Amino acid sequence: MSINIPVSGQSNEIYSLSVNGQVHQVKDAWIGESLLYVLRERLGLPGSKGACEQGECGSCTVIVDSKAVCSCLVMAADAVNTEILTVEGLGPNGALTDVQSAFLSEGGVQCGFCTPGFIVAVHHLLESNPSPTDDEIREALSGNICRCTGYGRILEAVRTVADQRRTNS
Amino acid sequence: MSTTSASTALRHGTLGTSASRPDGVAKVQGGFAFSSDMWADNMLWGATLRSPHPYARIVAIDVSGAYAIDGVVTVVTAVDVPGKLTYGLIVQDQPVFAAIGDTVRYSGEPIAAVAADHPETCQRALAAIKVTYEVLTPVTDPEDCIAGVAEQIHPDGNIFRHQRIVSGDTSVVGAVQVEGEYEIGMQDQAFLGLESALAIPDSNGAGLEMYVATQWLHEDRKQIADCLNIPEENIRLVLGGVGGAFGAREDISLQVHTALLAMKAGRPVRISYGREESFYGHVHRHPAKIWMKHHADLNGKIVKIESRMVFDGGAYCSTSPAVLINGITHTQGPYKCDNAIVDGWAVRTNNPPCGAMRGFGVVQACFAHESQMEKLAAVVGVSPVEIRLLNAMETGDRMITGQIMDSVAPVAQCIRETDAIPMPAPLENNADLRTIPGGTGLTAQPSNIRRGVGWGVSIKNLMYSEGFDDFSTARCRISNGVVTIKFATSEVGQGFTMLAQQIARTVLGVDEVILDTIDTQVGSAGSTSASRQTWMSGGAVQVACQAALAQLFDHVATKFEMTRSELEIDGTDIVDRLTQRRVTVSEAISEIEIDCTEEYHHPPTEDLDENGQGNCHVAYAFVAHRAVVDVDPELGLIKVVQIATAQDVGRVLNPLAAMGQIEGGIAQGLGLAVMEEIIVKDGKVRNPSFTDYLLPTFLDSPTVEMVFIEEHEPKSPLGAKGIGEPPCISVTPAIANAIRQAVGRELPRVPIRPYDICL
Repeated sequence: MSINIPVSGQSNEIYSLSVNGQVHQVKDAWIGESLLYVLRERLGLPGSKGACEQGECGSCTVIVDSKAVCSCLVMAADAVNTEILTVEGLGPNGALTDVQSAFLSEGGVQCGFCTPGFIVAVHHLLESNPSPTDDEIREALSGNICRCTGYGRILEAVRTVADQRRTNS
Repeated sequence: MSTTSASTALRHGTLGTSASRPDGVAKVQGGFAFSSDMWADNMLWGATLRSPHPYARIVAIDVSGAYAIDGVVTVVTAVDVPGKLTYGLIVQDQPVFAAIGDTVRYSGEPIAAVAADHPETCQRALAAIKVTYEVLTPVTDPEDCIAGVAEQIHPDGNIFRHQRIVSGDTSVVGAVQVEGEYEIGMQDQAFLGLESALAIPDSNGAGLEMYVATQWLHEDRKQIADCLNIPEENIRLVLGGVGGAFGAREDISLQVHTALLAMKAGRPVRISYGREESFYGHVHRHPAKIWMKHHADLNGKIVKIESRMVFDGGAYCSTSPAVLINGITHTQGPYKCDNAIVDGWAVRTNNPPCGAMRGFGVVQACFAHESQMEKLAAVVGVSPVEIRLLNAMETGDRMITGQIMDSVAPVAQCIRETDAIPMPAPLENNADLRTIPGGTGLTAQPSNIRRGVGWGVSIKNLMYSEGFDDFSTARCRISNGVVTIKFATSEVGQGFTMLAQQIARTVLGVDEVILDTIDTQVGSAGSTSASRQTWMSGGAVQVACQAALAQLFDHVATKFEMTRSELEIDGTDIVDRLTQRRVTVSEAISEIEIDCTEEYHHPPTEDLDENGQGNCHVAYAFVAHRAVVDVDPELGLIKVVQIATAQDVGRVLNPLAAMGQIEGGIAQGLGLAVMEEIIVKDGKVRNPSFTDYLLPTFLDSPTVEMVFIEEHEPKSPLGAKGIGEPPCISVTPAIANAIRQAVGRELPRVPIRPYDICL
């Protein structure tokens, strides 16, 4: 039972996570911590958000070895030897990615809590499917809940990026 | 200085343009600090122990087990509350913690809070606190409270408010009558950014600084100060980034608990709720039962409405009395009606506490009156559009409260413009599975699907009511050539910070506008609710900027020898209309210090009298919705295909933001229509998670086709009406009416569940 496992400052387990191309050592952590918790509370990467803690809302979406996952459902200690990409690692040197720019220009951001998860999920979608139909966009992003926008402006943002990438390629 | 003329086109970032959000870049990069991202050196985590019982007497509380756990620093219970033992928005009837000898009145009521070094330690500490309960039988039926047969579960009694409306000649009988009993389920605001607060005690122990996601900083501060028994000025409340609100952050949730822990521990404490706790920690939309009877002449013209409304407020008062008033005063909807008799009740039960949610009582009333309008159209033999146009309210009409409609009231125009929006293409037999009811579950054949079209039209009051002066404050400073605006208005996602910059840019003719921290270091802004901040805080920012501009013009007239009475802003210049001489604003403000703080107040309103008569509301907005819904009658699954809407917005201040409000509100109204409900059985919430409480996803959300009805509202400082609430109100009955049309059932309850349709 987890109740017997020491929580804080008492674990000798040290493990490494590779996040956004950088290796971080995780020390003195409770072994039961989720990847989301470790990213946010131990590695100084609070961009991934927790809103349901059970993989229903997608706010915590990160890329682990090229797959989009809910970081609330991944044990941090189980993510060793993977390459983790979070919203903070998408744009080089603080520059906006095309997806981030389109979310702003098309009105896809309101409260912004779902936004990092959406941004990561849209990058992932467009890498696997550069020219999605509206129905494909809706399905691919149906694991990301937004309570503010009704999704209309987010749909527009994804269309915009897909169009831009087609024009530029 | 020059005499060339500036462009007359709208300058980017001013009113009327889709200005950029000042928080946008941070939000898309993950750098925006939500209240749950706040952190302080030496910070502890807090957590709350809650009652598993909806009604029970507390016999004993033993916290020693919690203190025995390594890492636990502090435990607080009712005995640790130094000031007022209760809080609440209208009536302070909710205990900070339920005390020994007292009762818990809802499942989830706080009993204790702990602070420890890790969230997991907190959970173990909560499990180690022993509470001995004498479990009692909960009061769960509002009708028992009204009948007076329920046990009184609170010293204040079981009735929050009873209010009648008696209007005109109540003896009138219509040649045509339709009636129904309608039920609205308990909806959750389900904002994504969970409740969170960080409290940092002052080193001298006299006060604290607190970062919290809230809708109303000053009201929170007042309630915290009362409970902590310290002066309000010793508390600095700062808005932590807010991940949506929709009414759920108007009441106190974790604010007092976090502050108590921090003060007792002498260390910073953060409480961040999880999703399950969030369902227990904030108020919900009132479930309601509404009986309504419409009397009309043979043409369908309404001659009288009778109604009885019962709102279940749950265990504590919150805003129940105001929600009730909103419900009953909107009984007639956006239609002319002289005669009415309405009986409204808001009652206390051992169900979860209910209060503010987007639409605030009007959602419930609208579901009833729009269901009635569909029945009336059918009985009279006219179309849903014709029955609504026939009865459409206009400016100057007398409402059932006796109040004269003095807002712009383009009801007929909303209906006609919505009707003119093209219908979606018919469902094709080879339609993409993702677009049909049941989706890729392959449960429906397109040939079996029935398509329905339904209408809903609504009226919504704006701002607070019944004599409440919900003013707002703003400060405009010009210093070293920089314009800074400060206010305490909660930015919850709607974009007020963006609007404030637009107003300042427009009034002052500058491009750069700095926004100061949103905190209690300036006067109250009132709550971000009731569709009021564009009007109220927008008005405050406007008058503060205008006051600064007047001082700037004084300075410019003297310094540049221009005609004071002829000065105006033209683009980013100040121009003398008499001489056409110009000076740029940036030059004009470079050497002057200006600091103006102004309040904006709306005209006063009145209480309702015993017959529900009085000028109780400030202003109104209107909207029409037409829903096209595909239904699989065999499994009762639905797909909302399209929502067409024309909304009375007064004036569009930011087109992109307006679209976002409208689409987002429609999604929430869709949720109430077909999927969202907190299921409460015997006083206990059965689905406190996002697995079991269903929210509209990307695939559930329809195409929205919208038209803005722009007739500037003369009473509004910017000509604009609040647009936050109307989108979510009449879309719910529009969808219900479409499903009713498709399957030919009455379906008097929302959310409409699959088994309501197919069994």
